[in-house]
Amino acid sequence: MVAGTEKTTDAPWVAEMRRIRDDRDRAAFAALFGHFAPRVKAFLVKSGAEPSVAEDCAQDVMVTVWRKAHLFDPSRASVATWVFTIARNRRIDLLRRDRRPEPEDLTWGPSHEPDQSEVVEMNQETERLGAAIASLPEKQRVLIEKAFYGDLSHREIADITGLPLGTIKSRIRLALDRLRHAMR
Amino acid sequence: MNSEVRHHLSEELLTAYAAGALPEAFALVVATHLSMCDECRAMAESLDGIGGTLIEGLDGAAMDAGALEAVMARLDDAPAAPIRVDRGVLPAPVRAYIGGDLDAVKWKPVGMGVKQAVLKTSDSASARLLYIPAGAAMPEHSHRGMELTLVLQGAFEDDSDRFGPGDVEIADDEVDHTPVADVGADCICLAATEGRLRFKSWIPRLAQPFIGI
Ligand SMILES: [Zn+2]
Ligand SMILES: [Zn+2]
Repeated sequence: MVAGTEKTTDAPWVAEMRRIRDDRDRAAFAALFGHFAPRVKAFLVKSGAEPSVAEDCAQDVMVTVWRKAHLFDPSRASVATWVFTIARNRRIDLLRRDRRPEPEDLTWGPSHEPDQSEVVEMNQETERLGAAIASLPEKQRVLIEKAFYGDLSHREIADITGLPLGTIKSRIRLALDRLRHAMR
Repeated sequence: MNSEVRHHLSEELLTAYAAGALPEAFALVVATHLSMCDECRAMAESLDGIGGTLIEGLDGAAMDAGALEAVMARLDDAPAAPIRVDRGVLPAPVRAYIGGDLDAVKWKPVGMGVKQAVLKTSDSASARLLYIPAGAAMPEHSHRGMELTLVLQGAFEDDSDRFGPGDVEIADDEVDHTPVADVGADCICLAATEGRLRFKSWIPRLAQPFIGI
């Protein structure tokens, strides 16, 4: 289910993001939309949103991608990861109406143009991570997915976040250990 | 950033934060610790990477006909506004909740010289700033559920260990503790609790209904 094991040095969608940021290029945006909007919608549906709500939300997420294009830094995240964070934050205010506190940002911004080698490195890391997730044992992978879709019950969430040891917590820990190992 | 942090967030908390599953008050403590700790920040970013990989691997759900045109109509050509990074005494996530820096905090006394300011978050958990004068003790208290206490300034010590700037203590409902601030400096902490914080001595307990904890 995870693509991205092919060897490339060009990080996917980074060129489009630059054209959106620098030239407000609508064709580049349309291409990005074709790829990410359906994935964001699927993510929100899997997170429990009604399809019509997920549709509206996915549209909002893509508008945010356009507006915040100058905040994207390809040396710190893949485009998919950046889109994920926007979709996750949108889901939080949609489903829970909570604010999403974000850490202080020191380096992101239009004045910071990352080194090409850092961008390549980030891309390679992303590919390794994709391969590592794909090779996780089924049970661990499903739990990681459920955790990210917000698809765990309160009790299960408590097991992840709280102190008592539960199977879910230890399975996720196991999965994370494996992933970290694969990233070395 | 602080390289002297000794007490970090757990992997479980960081995962729940990446997944967007934490109550707002806990997410605030996590975001503030990430503002002070490179190590956890790196871990948090790789967890976001897992989220990105999952989204990339999904089979998309077809968008409605005309969705692209609808979104295109909402795009504007205005150049993006430059980002302002203001530095302050308190980390940016906390400043965002106060609407200012340390001098804008509206402290309320809870007894024995200790002051607090409750921050407005959703009710699933509560967040507050605590001010413990140098050498003073936080009134003895207990809590239902998890409590995260992050040191922003100064240091405190309790039965378990010593906690300095950037350190976070993860306590559960078993813990019935009395943090004592270092004599060197007043201690300012950001704390999030799942249940109500219950003070044991009679003065703070009487005051509880009025101070909203
Ligand atoms: Zn840390
Ligand atoms: Zn406590």
